[in-house]
Amino acid sequence: MSAGAEPAERQVEVNGLPCRVWEKGPQDAAPIGYLAGLVGLPRWTPFLDLLAQERRVVAPSLPGFPGATGHEQLDTLLDWVHATLELLEAAGLRGADLMGVSVGGTLAAEVAATAPDAVRKLVLLAPFGLFDEQEPVTDIWAQRPGAAAALFCSDVEKIQALLAVPEGEDPVEWQILQARASEAAARILWPTTDTGLAKRLHRIRCDTLLVWGSADAIVPASTAKRIAAGLSGKATVRSIAGAGHLADLDAPEAVSEAVRAFLG
Amino acid sequence: MKLLFFHLMPYSDLPDDFREKHPSVWVDIDSGLFDPRKAHAMYNDFLDELEFAAESGFDGICVNEHHSNGYGLMPSPNLMASSLARRTRDAAICVMGNSLALYNPPTRVAEEMAMLDCISGGRLIAGFPVGTPMDTCYAYGQNPSTLRARYYEAHDLIMRAWKEPEPFTFNGRYNKQRYVNVWPRPIQQPHPPVWIPGGGSVETWQWCARMDYVYTYLSYFGYKQGEATVKGFWEEMDRLGKDRNPFRAGFLQFVGVADTHDEAMALYREPAEYFYGRCLHLDGRFLMPPGYTTEATIRARVQSQLAQAANQTAAVSAGPARSFEGIVDQGYVIVGSPDEVAERLREVATNLNVGQLMLLLQFGNMGKELCFHNTELFTKKVMPQLTDLFEDEWENHWWPAPMPRDERVAPREVVR
Repeated sequence: MSAGAEPAERQVEVNGLPCRVWEKGPQDAAPIGYLAGLVGLPRWTPFLDLLAQERRVVAPSLPGFPGATGHEQLDTLLDWVHATLELLEAAGLRGADLMGVSVGGTLAAEVAATAPDAVRKLVLLAPFGLFDEQEPVTDIWAQRPGAAAALFCSDVEKIQALLAVPEGEDPVEWQILQARASEAAARILWPTTDTGLAKRLHRIRCDTLLVWGSADAIVPASTAKRIAAGLSGKATVRSIAGAGHLADLDAPEAVSEAVRAFLG
Repeated sequence: MKLLFFHLMPYSDLPDDFREKHPSVWVDIDSGLFDPRKAHAMYNDFLDELEFAAESGFDGICVNEHHSNGYGLMPSPNLMASSLARRTRDAAICVMGNSLALYNPPTRVAEEMAMLDCISGGRLIAGFPVGTPMDTCYAYGQNPSTLRARYYEAHDLIMRAWKEPEPFTFNGRYNKQRYVNVWPRPIQQPHPPVWIPGGGSVETWQWCARMDYVYTYLSYFGYKQGEATVKGFWEEMDRLGKDRNPFRAGFLQFVGVADTHDEAMALYREPAEYFYGRCLHLDGRFLMPPGYTTEATIRARVQSQLAQAANQTAAVSAGPARSFEGIVDQGYVIVGSPDEVAERLREVATNLNVGQLMLLLQFGNMGKELCFHNTELFTKKVMPQLTDLFEDEWENHWWPAPMPRDERVAPREVVR
């Protein structure tokens, strides 16, 4: 899957528990933090490879997502925001550019609102956090067995490839890993209504890129404009034609181009 | 042994094409199907049925909690129990139960159950279920990842509220209450018997053993499917060094009694097919919220699925039976003459080693007359063949200890 070398791996601690940090890219390049979406990062992705051509990509695992545990300690959104800040600091990302996808985007936005100096430039790809009754966020946890995966990407093979059991892995433990990621995301988002982010958007003062798959079947693409309107910093909206919720899986080239153009 | 009459209070007028036209009986059931004027009759019939069961000699009557559910019209079992506490004299009132994490603060459960214990003169059994995913996570929006921790904490708060003689501060992880002081207090001291309905997870068995609570397995699929779970429970009790006192365990079984086997087959076909066809029309969307099932349980289930897949002889599950023949063959409902039913139930209770047997004699769209008939035959002709079981060998430590009968007051007669 990855072009060239695998990412370097190290462990940092959040609330006393280890979290995996994957890193790849030129050592002298400026870092960009990457907080993954709903399923976390069960493996490295083509998008991250593209990003790592010019930037040092640092992808720490949030508690409960593949590579990390500790979600059971976190009860409130404040707990999660502090855990994310601790994770970013431990990974050497405080003050760096930050990209967050889906549920990772929710926490990236909260961190930027809570600690404006912690983020240089912010990229949000289809974050959860707002809710419109006229155009509600899809309840991904109320789907018939097997139906949820098709919502994540326009090209279902992309999400299947991300989640496929790697050779030599225990299939039972691999399934547990995914169940845990789903639980961690639900712990933050359940019952998938708003998280209160709208009240705090004006605290985000950094330049922000909002990227959205035009065919996002989970968080409506129209959310991008509503978030942009609430931010205090300069906001740019980029739609990725045909891409689904995890647009960086569906369209790695287009999303990496958008991110590169924004970060300069 | 103890025999309890269990009622689900199913809405009895779901349309014939319910399965075809509607996605689910639960969570998103069409509110247009609910006719409050018909429900007026249903609620009163159901309460009549529970009262009749108590008068006829059942040891206890059971109510339970469901939300947004077409087969369970009891979002608040405590309302039903309070009515029953007034209209019955001796039967245990088994609230089976309150889903503890849904009450904020859970002190409400301690208060209402104490009220029920006072009104009934100490006849309350306090049931504490976690609650199904449909009830708790979907209909009530609780976070599945914190549900169990909230449940256990709510339990701790309620038990402390009943036991501690002085007002106290509860500084829990999820519940913060500066002044906990339950007033009224339960008659039964230190607290009413606690029964835990569970779905077969080892953690719950261990917790019941540690707390010395009754574990009840409330399945709609009868003694054949329930056997493995209840036997698993006893194996775990053995492992933990607990005795095999059958009163530690409760089990739910549907029953239809008639004068003859053939008559029973004719009488109970429609209500059984209504229940298993319409009432159990569930949508897979609402069964598996992430975090509801513990990782240990998922691991055990995945492993057993892999083992089954590897085993060529394993039968492929075609889903639960919905035809009456299948329902009877698979033991979801035990039907027959009084002697047949008594023999089978004796065998089930002995085999499963269950001393607290809960029976559903009203199910599906069964009308009041048939329910009364079923109840009367059961109490007159089946019950006498069962009540002696376990009584000489074991003591039931988990049964209510009410005030002496002559000290309990009777409500005045209703003036009509």
